[in-house]
Amino acid sequence: MVEETPWQQALRYANRANPYPFYAELRKTPVARQPDGTYVVSTYREIVALLHDPRVSSDIRKIRQATTTDAEQEAGASEDVISLEPNIITSDPPEHDHDRRLMTRHFYGPQDAPHQISDLEPEIGRVVAGLLDAMRDQTRIDVVDEFAYPLPVTLISKILGVPLKDEPRFHAWIETALNALDFGPEAISEELQSQLEGGRQGVRELKRFIAELLDTYAKQPGPGMLSAMVHDDGREGHMSEGVLLSNALLLLFAGHETTVNLIAHSVLTLLRHPDALQKLRRRPELIVPGVEELLRYESSVQFWHTRSAVEDIEIAGTLIPQGSPIFLVYGSGNRDPERFANPDELDLERPDNQHLGFSQGIHFCFGAPLARLEVQAAVGEFVRRVENPRLVVDPPPYRHNQIFRGPRHVLVDIDGIRD
Amino acid sequence: MTLSATLAELVRDFKANGRIVIVGASLAGLRAAEALRGEGFAGSLTIIGDEPYEPYDRPPLSKQVLKGWVQADHTQLPRFQELDADWRLGLAAVGLDRATRQVRLANGEQVPYDRLLIATGTRARQWPNPAEAALEGVYSIRSRDDAERLQQALMAGPSRVLVIGAGFIGSEVASVCRDLDIPVTVTERGPAPLIGALGGVIGEIAAEMQRDHGVDLRCRVGVSSLEGDAGGHVRRARLSDGTTIEADVVLASLGSVRNVEWLEGSGLAAGFWGVGCDAGGRAFDINGVTTDTVYVAGDVARAPHVLYEYQFLAMEHWDNAVFGAEVAAHNMVNLEPGYRPHLLLPGFWSGQFGVNIKSVGVPPFGDEIVFTQGSIKERRFAAAYGRRGRIVAAVTFDHGKWLQYYAELIERSAPFPPPPPGWDRPDVMKPIPAEFPEPGVPTAIPDVVLTGHDPNERRAEFRPRDRPS
Amino acid sequence: MHIVVDLNRCQGYAQCVFLAHQIFRLSGDEALTYEPNPDDARRLQVQRAAAACPVQAIMIDRQDDAERGAA
Repeated sequence: MVEETPWQQALRYANRANPYPFYAELRKTPVARQPDGTYVVSTYREIVALLHDPRVSSDIRKIRQATTTDAEQEAGASEDVISLEPNIITSDPPEHDHDRRLMTRHFYGPQDAPHQISDLEPEIGRVVAGLLDAMRDQTRIDVVDEFAYPLPVTLISKILGVPLKDEPRFHAWIETALNALDFGPEAISEELQSQLEGGRQGVRELKRFIAELLDTYAKQPGPGMLSAMVHDDGREGHMSEGVLLSNALLLLFAGHETTVNLIAHSVLTLLRHPDALQKLRRRPELIVPGVEELLRYESSVQFWHTRSAVEDIEIAGTLIPQGSPIFLVYGSGNRDPERFANPDELDLERPDNQHLGFSQGIHFCFGAPLARLEVQAAVGEFVRRVENPRLVVDPPPYRHNQIFRGPRHVLVDIDGIRD
Repeated sequence: MTLSATLAELVRDFKANGRIVIVGASLAGLRAAEALRGEGFAGSLTIIGDEPYEPYDRPPLSKQVLKGWVQADHTQLPRFQELDADWRLGLAAVGLDRATRQVRLANGEQVPYDRLLIATGTRARQWPNPAEAALEGVYSIRSRDDAERLQQALMAGPSRVLVIGAGFIGSEVASVCRDLDIPVTVTERGPAPLIGALGGVIGEIAAEMQRDHGVDLRCRVGVSSLEGDAGGHVRRARLSDGTTIEADVVLASLGSVRNVEWLEGSGLAAGFWGVGCDAGGRAFDINGVTTDTVYVAGDVARAPHVLYEYQFLAMEHWDNAVFGAEVAAHNMVNLEPGYRPHLLLPGFWSGQFGVNIKSVGVPPFGDEIVFTQGSIKERRFAAAYGRRGRIVAAVTFDHGKWLQYYAELIERSAPFPPPPPGWDRPDVMKPIPAEFPEPGVPTAIPDVVLTGHDPNERRAEFRPRDRPS
Repeated sequence: MHIVVDLNRCQGYAQCVFLAHQIFRLSGDEALTYEPNPDDARRLQVQRAAAACPVQAIMIDRQDDAERGAA
């Protein structure tokens, strides 16, 4: 049997809780060609360079088929079956720039005073308070199900105008779709193969759900961003129905999944670092730089998989041939000792913390300000109000997905909830 | 005692007991002072500035201040270090005696130093006719007070503003006027706006941008004279093409003049283009010999640049002031081999007509330009400048996220033209002449200038030339 | 309080604008302007904006700067 590369090992489910030793190994070759022809980039400097390199495409359709494995062709085929138009993460300029500009106006508000997300702060505070209040009589909580998940899903549903009553349905579809996606050696396992059709079905259902919602809003305007986009006045040009659908899907999914992981990881990380937790209790204002450090320390998007070289690119002594898929491993770049001193240490006051937790360049996370407000409020209040939190299981069980890496449950014993 | 121990003792002693004087209390002066304290300099620190204000930031003056959003006195720069300095504000330095190591102030006082930093920057070039310049309604813009006066004049609702000179400042002011719905005429002696800094190809795009926003732009035209009414208020301008413009506010944006007059007789290599220094900020004397006690930073400094054939480069750029000051400060309190070089890739920005114009490198060093990304028509693009097959600079219009890619190419002296992007290709991707004016053609002087190899600048020193706008 | 944005570093991500639009504004898609001396009451907002800047271009003065008054 051929020995697995550090990247393949990092992707194994058994290493989900701690891929970092494999990333350290991976960084010895900043741009590492994998057996399937993918180029995995793990060092900060090279990741940043490629994020700003106009010879890199984010459009998954530009990946040369010849270099893909059967599993990836399978994945590509499933995309065809589901036939989604590119969204803003999987498109290039000028379409990307245009679509993102249009979405920005609807998400944040008018260009001269984009107030819509910062206006949500009181509401975020209320939701956080309500979730913590509901734990008053408990001695054991699951931070994921009872805290990290409900906050962002409530907020994004409201922002988009997706009825919260449909949450159990779309939550299940997203979950099955995420579980069926695997970039590692386990993709060909029987278990994964058996989930593929379920995953596809999940995406189909989700697509149908959003399409119906957009149809409803087309007939009868309603609250939220989706309706506003359907009824856009077109002053910045037109977004086709297919592209609108893809982006609506993206907003709903990315608008909470990544934040769930960030909140769960933040609580988990602080409970593993009692000194940092104490410091945050003493100096609550450190939540602002602290969340940046948590974003660096456990990045919610570990890597991204849709990029490719549009022509030969020479970087760090490696030639990436035209058409090759490029994976940028943010989770590794954020632990690169060449960029961050003592990268495996948690330092809530880390100076010069220009992390890649939200990426960089034109695909910088669309919803970052919302995520920051949510996580600052959630983690800040958790630290302030939850009495004597203790991890029950460490490491906790992880979700299967490698890109959107996060714990499935974080069980914590508590002594109570302060006012 | 070994030599290195002796040197270390010298450094320690100087850091404890030395006397440092900084002339210039703007961005470079402040950042140098902070860097000195950050280096552990505990001796006496004197900061001399001719304006009565604590250090403030100038870029907002021609933008948010002029627009009336931010008050002129709200531009004070943040402090990152305890300074414990002796501030001498509102007092200009008028002379330097290097033999006795003293700076002479306007009030006759002599301030002694062990190390001196010259950070006197530049001032706005005034309208050359003093009587016309004295008319009410004629402005220039460089200082906080200038900006406040011009802002008040704009608030009064002038019938028309005339901007003389379409460099960055003139263009930004014209943009603010249009934002405020004030009619504005811009005259430019060169063929297009921004031509000195970015060349004629980009200048043509800037010209269209101005006209689209309702600016009455007149290129290849100078202002011959300004005329006032009986009350001494400016009313009209006569142009070199024989036409007249009725305007009650006139902004002379004729570029800047380096503040070097106070150094006359000091024996330093100081002249029209600034004060010559090495890449470590150490001033040259008039013979081109490095001094050990005098340093230079900011707009007034000109130093050889490794990327541009070691030609002397004078950079009126914000980050040149910051990094140049930090490097000079480090070198002021250290000895060889502890010196650091100031190896900045020049860069600037300008917000005008709703577009963010950014540049890296030295565009006028190039002779060709190629559009590399985006759309000229939509005014969102990137373009690269080349010289002899190497990329030397780049400019972006609303494409700032891509600029660092080009910066890295420039730092590597990568081939020109650069490889085409994978998407969003401009309609035409062939290098064309960048159309920089020949030296000596009267136009707005660029804010980065290559000034040749001569550190002495003897001609400028001994035969200062009158340079009418 | 006193702030300055290194607009050479700024790439127009507008994170500061989305978090503190009273202090930071865009002119067009990318050109950032801002209030350099905001009211102290806005400190938290400004700190959030500075922390959120993807290129760390926003610099804030020291809160405990005792040496405000120049001679």
